[in-house]
Formats: sequence, C-alpha cells, structure tokens
Amino acid sequence: MKAFLALLRRDLLLAYRQGIDGWVVVLFFLAAGILFPFAIGPEPNALMRVSTGVVLSMAALAALLSLDRLYQADFDDGSLDQIALSSLPLELTALSKALVHWLSTGLPLLAAAPVLALMLNAPVAHYLPMLVALALATPALSLLGGLGAALTMGSRRGGILLTLLILPLYVPVLIFAAGAIGFAGDAAGLSVEAAGRGFGAHLLLLAGIDLALLAVTPWATAAALRQALRA
Amino acid sequence: MAIGLNLHRFANPGRFLRLADRLLPWLTPASVGLLALGLYLALIGSPPDYQQGETVRIMYVHVPAAWMAMFVYLLLALSGATALIWRHPLSEVAAEAMAPLGAGFTFIALVSGALWGRPMWGAYWVWDARLTSFLLLFFLYLGHIALTHAFDDRQRGRRSAAVLAIVGAINLPIIKFSVDWWNTLHQPASIARMGGPAIDPAMLWPLFTMALGFQLLFFVLLGLRMKAMLLEARHRAAAFAR
Repeated sequence: MKAFLALLRRDLLLAYRQGIDGWVVVLFFLAAGILFPFAIGPEPNALMRVSTGVVLSMAALAALLSLDRLYQADFDDGSLDQIALSSLPLELTALSKALVHWLSTGLPLLAAAPVLALMLNAPVAHYLPMLVALALATPALSLLGGLGAALTMGSRRGGILLTLLILPLYVPVLIFAAGAIGFAGDAAGLSVEAAGRGFGAHLLLLAGIDLALLAVTPWATAAALRQALRA
Repeated sequence: MAIGLNLHRFANPGRFLRLADRLLPWLTPASVGLLALGLYLALIGSPPDYQQGETVRIMYVHVPAAWMAMFVYLLLALSGATALIWRHPLSEVAAEAMAPLGAGFTFIALVSGALWGRPMWGAYWVWDARLTSFLLLFFLYLGHIALTHAFDDRQRGRRSAAVLAIVGAINLPIIKFSVDWWNTLHQPASIARMGGPAIDPAMLWPLFTMALGFQLLFFVLLGLRMKAMLLEARHRAAAFAR
C-alpha cells in the first residue's frame, strides 16, 4: 500500500510539474469540439442536437492524447525497470498508472465538458446527465487506455497504433454513455419515471463496465508490461 | 500438467511440418470440392425464398463467413492464451498466421451483408447492434495484425497481440447475443436456437455444405501460411548461422 501511494504521488507530482501536458489535453478537447460549429454550421438547433455527442466523442479522443506518455517516459529512462523490481506488483503499478491518467486527464476533461457543452448550445437539462455519464465513462477510458499504452510501449508508430487498438474498445463505453444522456430532459416524450429508469439502467451498465475493467485490465496490462520489460 | 504435456507433443515445428504435409493433400481437394458442391447447391440447386426471392442466395456466403469470422477469433484468443501460459511456440505462429484469414472472413461477411442489406433493408449500412459489433471485430483483427508487426522484436509483437486477442474476446458473446439483447434490424438467430432451426432443409443443406467448405478452406490456408512462416524462420536461422 505504501509503495502504491508512493508511486501514485510521484506520478501525480510529475504530471502536475509538467503542467503544460494537462492543459494541452483540455485545449485539444475544446479546440476539436469547436470545429463542429464550423463544419456543420452555427444553426443553434442543429448544434443542440449533436452537442452532448460531440462532447463525449471529443473526450474519448482527448483521453487518448496523454496515453502514449503514460509508460513510455518511464520505459525510456529506465524507471519502469526499477518500479518492476520494487515490492509493488506490476498489477498495482498498472492500477496506479490508470488512476493517475484519470486524475490528470479524466478530471480536467470533466471540468471542461460544461464549457464545450455551452459553446455547442447543449440543452440545459442535459448538463447534469452528461456530467454523470462522463464521470462514469472516463474511468473506463483510463483503464482501457492504460492497457493500450502498455501494449504499444516501445513500438514503431506507437501513438497511431494505440489509437487503432483502443478506439474500437471505447465504442461500448460511448454507446452506454450516449444512451444515458438520450433519456435526459423531455427526450422521446417519456414519462419522468420511464426516463429515469432508462437513464439509471444505462448508468448501471456503465458502472458495470467500469467494475469489469477494474477487475480485468490491471492483469492484462501487467502481462503486457512483462512482455515489454523482458524484451 | 497433462494438457501442457499433450500440447508440447505438437510444439515441435518439424513434427508440425510433417503432419501438415500429410494432411494438406487431402484437405485441399476436400475443401475445393465442398465449396464447388456448396456453390452449385446454393446458386442452382436450392429454391428462392418466398419473401426475399433470389437475394437469399447471398446468405450461403454471408452466414458461413460470419461464422468463420467468430470461430477464427475464438481460436485466435485460445492461441494467445496457450502462447502466454505454456509458452507454446507454434501457437504464436498460428496466431500470426490466422489473424489475416479471420480479418478476410470478417471483411467478406461485412461486404456481403452490405450487399444483402441494400435490397432487403434499403441501406448498405445501418448502425444496428450486430453490424456495429462485427465492425468492431474487424478492427480488433486489424489491431492484432498491426500490433504483431509493430515491434522490431518479433516475439514481443506476437505476445502483445496475444494479450490484445484475449481482452478482445469479450466482443464475441456481445456479437452472438447482440440480436437478442438489442432487438434492432438484424434478424435473430434462426439456426442454433431452441426448438430446432427455422430454415427449410432445402436451404439448410447447401448452407452447411458451404460452412464445412469454408471451415476446411480455413484450415488449408492456415496450414499453408504456418508452413511458409516456419520454413522462412528455418531459412533465416540457416542464413544467420552461415
């Protein structure tokens, strides 16, 4: 536990001190989202229709940005070998890295999401459901992303390969997050209870994905790290 | 481990090459013959559907290809598991050899499905649950192939791809049950279901003939590819020793 916290502290400190990286992710998120009003036209109703969907997909893309540095920097300077030699099991290292990714990328994206939603003219009733869905979706993105980062560590064209591997795995997360938001407000003319049940069901599925990934990805990530460290 | 010992009997590449040389001359004509018979039955020997007319004949390619796409992925995940757990060298070669074949079957299933969907549903592509999960399967195959070749160290690529194959296997039950869980456009299962198949025997037999032909074709191609890869490795080792 002590070693886990020490690693977490070190990585968070590194992320904080190299603060510019965190800002780049948020700026990318906003800049990429702002392309949409230019691409589909500034008509408020058209924007309102796609707003939360754009926020979700841009968050998924922005979460990919900081992934290739998650293990690569430690791998290049040899600290990953030291971490692997320490008393901390690689599975917990993987968990700590995913947690750091969520704290340094997922949380800032969560904070920036209402800003992008505002600029895309999202309906007021969709803000809270969107934030709840995003809060449940981003841990899954970080856990899957950590696995992808470990798999592609040290490869040629790592970043693009990482995107190709991980984006398909992000799709179910996006489906359920978007499904939850679909029940927000007076969507589809459902009664309040029916909409609430639909919303809750999608949130439960999202939480289920989170828990399943929490159980599976640390082991898979550790297996991938072992292959990389052996080579 | 009894299973481990059993598998290691076939881990010897020389033994595999001898086995492949003995089986391939039989499997190849059997596969070609079955596919020819299946195509005859499918295109000429079977009746048109009472609703879909002649377009139903696309099924005889579409359904076997889709079955193979999922079967090959299952085999890919199993090879990945044996490669990681028992360090079985042949299963790494097998996984690398079968991934492009599986991607090919998936591609055939997607394209034939699109061509079938146009007259039946009025659109080449819809965002239906099964279509989407099948597209994901295609991307998983492509990711597997890309990851295998992304490293200078060959073994590293193969073992990383094995981890990916195992994690991606979560998609298989989603594909299988997608038509039951999300009742969208794609029809539910009509062959492997409770209470027997819902297809007339006149259509079922051509379908099974084609499926068996596809299956044998896969093993022929897999055997050929593995043989080529093993011989290449042997050639490279010999050149290196010189």
